[in-house]
Amino acid sequence: MMASETRTSGPARTARTRGVPPAGRGEPGAGAGAVGGAVGGGRTGAAGRSGLSGRAGLTVLAIVLSLVSIFPVLWMMTSAFKTRSTVTDGRLIPREFTVDNFVYVFTEVPFARYLWNSFLISAVITIAALFFHSMAAYALARLRFPGRETIFLAIFSTLLVTIPVVLIPLFLVARELHLLNSYAGLIIPAIFNAFGIFLLRQFYLGLPKELEEAAIVDGCGHWRVYWNIVLPMSRPVLSALAVFFFLANWNAFVWPLVSTNDESLTVVQLGIASFQTQYSSNWNYILAAATIAALPMLALFFAFQRQIVESIKTSGMK
Amino acid sequence: MSSVAARGRTTAAPGVAAPAPPRRRMSRKHREWLAAGLFLAPDALGLLLFVGIPMVLSIVLSFFQVSGFGSYQWIGLGNYDRMFHDPLFWQSMKITGIYVVVLVPVLFCVSLGLGLLVKQRLPGIGVYRTALFLPYVISLVVVGVLWKFMLDDQVGVVNRAMRAAGFDGASWLGSPGLALGCVIAVMVWVMMGYYMIIFLAGLQEIPREYYEAARIDGAGPWTAFRTITWPLLRPTSFFVLLMSTVAAITGGLDLIFVLTNGGPANGTSLAIFYIYQQAFGFGEFGYASAMGSFLVLIMLVCTGVIFKLTRGGRFDDGK
Repeated sequence: MMASETRTSGPARTARTRGVPPAGRGEPGAGAGAVGGAVGGGRTGAAGRSGLSGRAGLTVLAIVLSLVSIFPVLWMMTSAFKTRSTVTDGRLIPREFTVDNFVYVFTEVPFARYLWNSFLISAVITIAALFFHSMAAYALARLRFPGRETIFLAIFSTLLVTIPVVLIPLFLVARELHLLNSYAGLIIPAIFNAFGIFLLRQFYLGLPKELEEAAIVDGCGHWRVYWNIVLPMSRPVLSALAVFFFLANWNAFVWPLVSTNDESLTVVQLGIASFQTQYSSNWNYILAAATIAALPMLALFFAFQRQIVESIKTSGMK
Repeated sequence: MSSVAARGRTTAAPGVAAPAPPRRRMSRKHREWLAAGLFLAPDALGLLLFVGIPMVLSIVLSFFQVSGFGSYQWIGLGNYDRMFHDPLFWQSMKITGIYVVVLVPVLFCVSLGLGLLVKQRLPGIGVYRTALFLPYVISLVVVGVLWKFMLDDQVGVVNRAMRAAGFDGASWLGSPGLALGCVIAVMVWVMMGYYMIIFLAGLQEIPREYYEAARIDGAGPWTAFRTITWPLLRPTSFFVLLMSTVAAITGGLDLIFVLTNGGPANGTSLAIFYIYQQAFGFGEFGYASAMGSFLVLIMLVCTGVIFKLTRGGRFDDGK
């Protein structure tokens, strides 16, 4: 049901940000169905007229593709409940259902610790990033100061720099700052990325100016305007970004891999990778561990699907 | 909101009573500059320290021989010379080339196709969108673990299904070409949902009236796609091509790490993986930085080519 919200809110938001009439929001009547068929990418020549059979074909196609898409995830989850001897039996539904694999993973390896580390790091990065990025974006969108466009361009140009590209010098910088093997080292470098600044700036550019102006005329300082007016108004975009940041940092692997080697700092992705090397043929345990790492993200996804989709949609628009 | 304004008024009262209005106006402008500086400071400093300086440092490092802790020796273009004579580096570049040239178009077509499909008003469309997007939220490490299990020669479900259908199973991750194909296929499976959403957003921006007009004029679905969808989708296509190319050149380390570890016979050792190995496996920070800088150069060239091909995502250049 989250998905249906996505469907209606998508065009609505598009209309708001881009000023085009909200296309595709009418009742799913006959005309709409025919138009839907007309952009089907060349299925049948008569799709415009005989929309019904074309739609049926497309529905079947969608169902098949959806099944192909989720099968591996389903396979991982059900296999995690199989025993050592049946994990490779090729059945989707376990014949002997067991939760021993999960118990084993938590007792054999400090997996709870890994989960906690990942949670802590992702949460702190998300909160700090949203705070700093919204401040910077507010300044770039709303305040007037010399060099504003230059600074924005400089920040924007860092968008193409991905972590793997600067991994080596980043490692050396972190070493100089004594950030290696610490929570600070896992957290601080991951806070700063231009993606969030860019998205928030675009959002702030679209906000009505009158409220702030009234507040400024009334003698409100810029901090008060930001904190009491702009921040509450940006709740939708902030929540979308929050979920997106949390997801990205929970899934982070490369930076934790090079910047830590202390087991008390191991994050869940590193934990899985090394668990897999250690228990290489015990697929039941490995898949249980993988399921544990994936479940929080799947839960987050189902709870905040709309926000994730919104943040992605916005990122593709300029 | 009105309460905020009201509170603002009461606190501002002493300021309004200040004796020198002209000075106040000056200071208001400067106050705005100061506020901007303070608002920008954390991000500007952080980006400088963790993105800007590393970028410059990466090029500087490429002229040094770095051995062990803090021993830097200037060797000029020595690392680049070594790079041009390193067959393993060129093999990794070749693999990266194949990887990008196959992955980017396949991902583009699959995502566009899915975008067109999930734009339709089909019964239960929300469920399909969710299912097709789902793999994207799973980490590449978990994805690597999962597909290693599915693609296993002996116990994997892929071979099991093939044998059940009467084919011979294949050693998917056991031969270099097949393994690279598997990495690409897995990457498409993970990323298609992300770009599907981006295409969907782009498609939903195209006014429906255009299609209605085209239909009245007797245009079939293919004509409508070619004359309306494709040109109006150009900004989105530009974005997707750019992002997926950059991601293909510099990303995927996590997946390679878990799924193939660069093997077999270096068959999936992408340039970024080879660079990682040189730096963190052998401590060759200078050499790895030289190769990294070269990779960034290639990335910039690709970006330029994409920009040219799609005319920067603008509509009006054709005239």
